Amino acid sequence: MTGNPARAAVLICLIGLAAALLAACTHAPRATGDLGVVIERAAGRLVVIETTGSTILTRVPGLGDTSHASVVYSRDERFAYVFGRDGGLTKVDILRGRVVGRVMQGGNSVGGAISQDGRLVAVANYEPGGVRVFDAQTLAQIADIPAVAADGSTSKVIGLVDAPGNRFVFSLYDAGETWIADMADPAAPKLTKFTRIGRLPYDALITGNGRYYIAGLFGEDGLALLDLWNPEAGMRRILDGYGRGEEPLPVYKMPHLEGWAVAGDIAVLPAVGRHEVLLLDMATWREAGRVPVHGQPVFAVARPDGRHVWVNFAHPRNDTVQVIDLVSRKIVATLKPGKAVLHMEFTPRGERVWVSVRDEDKVVVYDTATLQPVAELPVEKPSGIFLTARAHKTGL
Amino acid sequence: MPRSLLVVFLAIGFALPALADELSRARQNELLYLLEQDCGSCHGLRLKGGLGPPLLPADIADTPDEALIDVILLGRPGTPMPPWDVEITATEVAWLVGRLRTGKVAYDR
Ligand code: HEC
Repeated sequence: MTGNPARAAVLICLIGLAAALLAACTHAPRATGDLGVVIERAAGRLVVIETTGSTILTRVPGLGDTSHASVVYSRDERFAYVFGRDGGLTKVDILRGRVVGRVMQGGNSVGGAISQDGRLVAVANYEPGGVRVFDAQTLAQIADIPAVAADGSTSKVIGLVDAPGNRFVFSLYDAGETWIADMADPAAPKLTKFTRIGRLPYDALITGNGRYYIAGLFGEDGLALLDLWNPEAGMRRILDGYGRGEEPLPVYKMPHLEGWAVAGDIAVLPAVGRHEVLLLDMATWREAGRVPVHGQPVFAVARPDGRHVWVNFAHPRNDTVQVIDLVSRKIVATLKPGKAVLHMEFTPRGERVWVSVRDEDKVVVYDTATLQPVAELPVEKPSGIFLTARAHKTGL
Repeated sequence: MPRSLLVVFLAIGFALPALADELSRARQNELLYLLEQDCGSCHGLRLKGGLGPPLLPADIADTPDEALIDVILLGRPGTPMPPWDVEITATEVAWLVGRLRTGKVAYDR
């Protein structure tokens, strides 16, 4: 530094501004509780947004192939870990709006999870199939868990989530298995395997309390349930035969089981190959009913208070979002945000929901009480929307 | 499968030679957009694979046109690969397969 501290300070401020610092020197330090990111799927960019004024703060390029990218957050809600299709794991400082670490960890990945203690980031890979575990701070690889099934075949890995006790749980798509990896010793994960859980598990979720892991099956009508408080009991089939033997309709986009939609004891899940959402009674694990909807549901996400569930749909019926009231079990609104609605994310207390509309290059923000749009932001081919509140939720 | 044979016959029989003329540029671009965005949701935006296998030229080199056209039009029952004959014609699929072979699949933005 030179002898003039004021000039040095001005200089630092200018550099800070030039680097698009979100918390410029003249402003109070900024917190991240109302921040989030939207994936610009084709451009390989992240858009950093804030949900108080519903505005875009900055864009972060250099994320590679983000076709199916998903994000988890560090426990301080400052760093976003982005899992890209090209196998890239990128760590982004959302306050500074820049990439602070990137590793090419596998050939082709879909998703990941952060451990309960926030120290480990796990990535699920399609090619070569397996899970790799990284140091959340440095992105150095700590463990590699190849997905070699009981019969010696390799598998794509799907449905990777974190579970209490610093564990990760995931499933093998091709082999139909679910594995628990206990990370007590991060370099030597202890595996518990459940085989023959059902044909083609395509995605999975864990309940908010971290107790139940549920894998959706593509190859059959039903889901596989694991009680992590009682893993000795093994996995069991639930909602078996929900298709009632009818020929399933073709599915033009795979449903997702993220965002466990729960109201009271009722969970809401997209059916596969049927234009219905299924209501699951979590006390008995029996079907509690179903609601016919506009198309093949992709996401069924509950407003945080659990009364409404918002549902979007697969191609070619993807211009629509429906809102289901779980008290009356009726559709209370059919909205048309625009062509190709890909994702919906509620603000932490649920007064707004952010909706990405891919083919119209926009994100629309709805008021969840009036069901009216209140803001619209230009975002190029938006897909996933991830708000920082996820940092403190098991399974997200 | 008589339906699939017919479809393949139609596609090969009269589609291949005159493809470029038959499909308007606008439709071609729509198909490439569909390929990137909607096929891409399972096969990867850059067709490098996802839940569905990669569809880059090297990956499909050993599979004959008819087989590729067939699976795209009719899907593969028991797997997530859905049939596309409801919205793409055999002619259009044959054209798409031609583009897949070249690896030049970017649409005009
Ligand atoms: C919902 C997911 C999904 C979508 C959307 C999808 N596919 Fe597929 N596709 C698959 C899966 C899964 C397979 C592998 C099926 C199997 O296991 O045999 C596949 C297989 C294929 C194959 C055969 C590859 C081979 O080597 O056997 C081709 C070609 C193909 N898809 C093309 C397309 C095209 C073109 C589109 C868009 C018009 C498309 N797919 C959309 C899931 C999908």
